[in-house]
Amino acid sequence: MYHWDFYMIFQSFDLFLTGVWVTFIYTLGSIVIGIVVGLAACFARLSRFWWLRLLARSYQELFRCTPLLVQILWAYYALPMILGVTISNTMAGLLTLALYVGSFYAEIFRGGILAVDRGQREAAASIGMSSSQAMFYIIMPQAIKSMLPSFINQSVIQLKNTSLLYAISIAELTYMTSVVTSETYRPLEAYSMAAILYFAMLFPLTQIADHFERRMRRSD
Amino acid sequence: MTKNSAISVRGLRKAFGNLEVLKGIDLELAHGEVLGLIGPSGSGKSTLIRCLNMLEVPTAGTVLVQGRTVSPKFKAPAPAMGTGELRRKVGMIFQHFNLFPHLTVMDNIISGPVRVLRETRSEAESHARDLLEQVGLVDKANAYPAHLSGGQKQRVAIARSLAMRPEVLLLDEVTSALDPELVGEVLEVIRRLAANGMTMVLVTHEMGFAADIASRVIFMEDGQIAEEGTPEQILRNPTSDRLRGFLSRFHG
Repeated sequence: MYHWDFYMIFQSFDLFLTGVWVTFIYTLGSIVIGIVVGLAACFARLSRFWWLRLLARSYQELFRCTPLLVQILWAYYALPMILGVTISNTMAGLLTLALYVGSFYAEIFRGGILAVDRGQREAAASIGMSSSQAMFYIIMPQAIKSMLPSFINQSVIQLKNTSLLYAISIAELTYMTSVVTSETYRPLEAYSMAAILYFAMLFPLTQIADHFERRMRRSD
Repeated sequence: MTKNSAISVRGLRKAFGNLEVLKGIDLELAHGEVLGLIGPSGSGKSTLIRCLNMLEVPTAGTVLVQGRTVSPKFKAPAPAMGTGELRRKVGMIFQHFNLFPHLTVMDNIISGPVRVLRETRSEAESHARDLLEQVGLVDKANAYPAHLSGGQKQRVAIARSLAMRPEVLLLDEVTSALDPELVGEVLEVIRRLAANGMTMVLVTHEMGFAADIASRVIFMEDGQIAEEGTPEQILRNPTSDRLRGFLSRFHG
């Protein structure tokens, strides 16, 4: 019977906390950039210009149809060779995560906007709103409500995806766990602790998200 | 074109792909007039009314509002009129109400005045309360559309249009989606608007109602104006076989 011993793990708790903090920063940073990229790609796909639609579509398919780990490694090792510049692991990691999640966000945003009844746009137009006013005051608020569950889902996946940054030695939680493991020779305890910390980060977030979602359903 | 003309339409055509829905419409609408548009489904009456405020962009022909050519662009250089200005002057009520479900009744009504006319919230709200009184829904100001009956929704939609202080109202089969017992309350509101001199174009299947309030009735068939005249001439003493056939399906 294995004898669990968390004593040494607790001794290195500061390393875990660093990992939690770095994971949090990469998640938040990539989600914020991802929203901007996702919105841009979403409106490009809804654009009147075929070349914008094609550009956005190509970007989305490129990032959706290749594994994130391959993208991260490629951005860190292959891209600098092609461009002839050095790219830090921070930059490669953050941008790849952001572009990856952005390609999924774009599809979520687009679906939400298209799901709003066409009559809403006409009603907004009929009281003299411009198409951007209609989008901002009438379409988006309704689209956000319907896209919120998928948006939260994708963002939860995003936090867990930061663990792949381990491959390019970014000090997020999974990487820090491997550091603790090599110092303590306690892999079972270390990875159990990592799982608990991931859960402790995400569970409250999903609960808060549920709360907001319920609040937004007031008008139903 | 007379000086009193609110809307004039010249040689209006509209095609969807190969299907020509409007085949050359000429029409004058005077201020204070209530024009009823009747005809079988597919005759183009809804498309015509939607062309009047550019929800459908005509394939050919012109629409003039107060003598100014309407452009399909939101902003158009003078003397043309862009759709932004057009829709401030010409309001539209839809068959399916199209209220904004995420806003309360009050916010539905003031959204146009606040966002488009740049009225302050308090002046828009006091106007909105007057309008809610006119349509008999003062107590519903803070309700969301999902909690209203069809007839109530349509009355809110009318108030939302009136909040823009339009000069002309377009009504596109506004009672067709309502349960029969709710039709009366909506028609009553429209009847009062007509009595107060509002210029209106209404597409309707309520022949009795059209006969009551319209000052002129147009019978459309196959994308063209087939007959035109007073309600007395068109609805009570139809001369052509086609019109008689159409009306007999309504009178039973």
